[in-house]
Amino acid sequence: MPLSTTIYNTFFKRNSIYVATVFSAAFAFGISFDSGVQSFWDKWNQGKQWKDIRHKYVQDAEE
Amino acid sequence: MLSSRLSTGAFRKAGSMAASRSTFLPSTKVRFASSSSSSNAFESFMNSRATLASVSLFTAGTIAWYTHLYGTLPFLGEVHASHLSDEGLHPPKYPWPHSGYFDSFDHASIRRGYQVYREVCAACHSLDRIAWRNLVGVSHTVDEARAMAEEVEYQDGPNDEGEMFMRPGKLADYMPAPYPNEEAARAGNAGALPPDLSLIVKARHGGADYIFSLLTGYIDPPAGVEIREGMNYNPFFPGGAISMARVLFDGLVEYDDGTPATTSQMAKDVVTFLNWAAEPEHDERKKTGIKAVILFSTLFALSLYTKRFKWGPIKNRKILYNPPTDKTGH
Repeated sequence: MPLSTTIYNTFFKRNSIYVATVFSAAFAFGISFDSGVQSFWDKWNQGKQWKDIRHKYVQDAEE
Repeated sequence: MLSSRLSTGAFRKAGSMAASRSTFLPSTKVRFASSSSSSNAFESFMNSRATLASVSLFTAGTIAWYTHLYGTLPFLGEVHASHLSDEGLHPPKYPWPHSGYFDSFDHASIRRGYQVYREVCAACHSLDRIAWRNLVGVSHTVDEARAMAEEVEYQDGPNDEGEMFMRPGKLADYMPAPYPNEEAARAGNAGALPPDLSLIVKARHGGADYIFSLLTGYIDPPAGVEIREGMNYNPFFPGGAISMARVLFDGLVEYDDGTPATTSQMAKDVVTFLNWAAEPEHDERKKTGIKAVILFSTLFALSLYTKRFKWGPIKNRKILYNPPTDKTGH
């Protein structure tokens, strides 16, 4: 069975599965895209952001 | 291309026609004298000396009137000896840590800059639009911000007896102003109003570069420039004479992170702080911008692909014409 047929049978054949695929893919993409950009941002701005210098000023680490 | 389509005879014919027209102009004029009488009147009007004289007079009069009204000739540029007092020296571009497309603010610098603002600038300049809570998570911890707010007394009320009372500050309170109102600020500064610094980076041409240049640019006035008593010379300030004296000197503040407090270091830090105060959304904005550019360029590429995909068959189709077969011949 060719790959396209597998994909068709798995995701596109039933509308309920198709809609669920779209929704969950959007959810997964949203999270991964945001975290990807965030990790790039943190890498690019290493040492400049508040979270990088916060440890110097927090006292007693909130017991 | 054109000449290849036309025969040479056509050119020769056209040339001879033009020659004959110019040669026999008087005869054609006579021939159509009745039908072209109005154009003749118009021509004689255009060529008359009275028209020339009156138009010249009108033009000269208009220019004279304009010159009388505005003092300069119209449509003629004027050359002025340009002086920096017109707009001040333009600041150079400085490589700020936050000037790139992907660069966040340097928050350690914001923290130092707040210290400079608090110890130096806040004596005269207010910072109306920044509350203590805004510092939390940017340059100070909650506990530090709360402690700093509690050092300031704010008026609150009315209480049960209908009287206003003073209380220590809360995180939600805004930065205290050095003067109660504008008149008091002017009276305390020889008539000059120290501007509020909340949006000053946005409010000045050149932004952060300008303010940094201004703070570090105080020099003695050059020969021939008179500065009034109580004013100071700064080439970056429009007009050159600024009421604010130089305030940043090496070692004026003591940074708690051990950074040497040189004049330029303090100026850089306080300008970074003021830039944050003017654009507190700066870091989030740039991060959102990265996401938006990625997403929208992807969508744009997709739409281009879709367009080509859909139009491909239409653009590439070949329309064939099959002539009707001659049925009678069969």
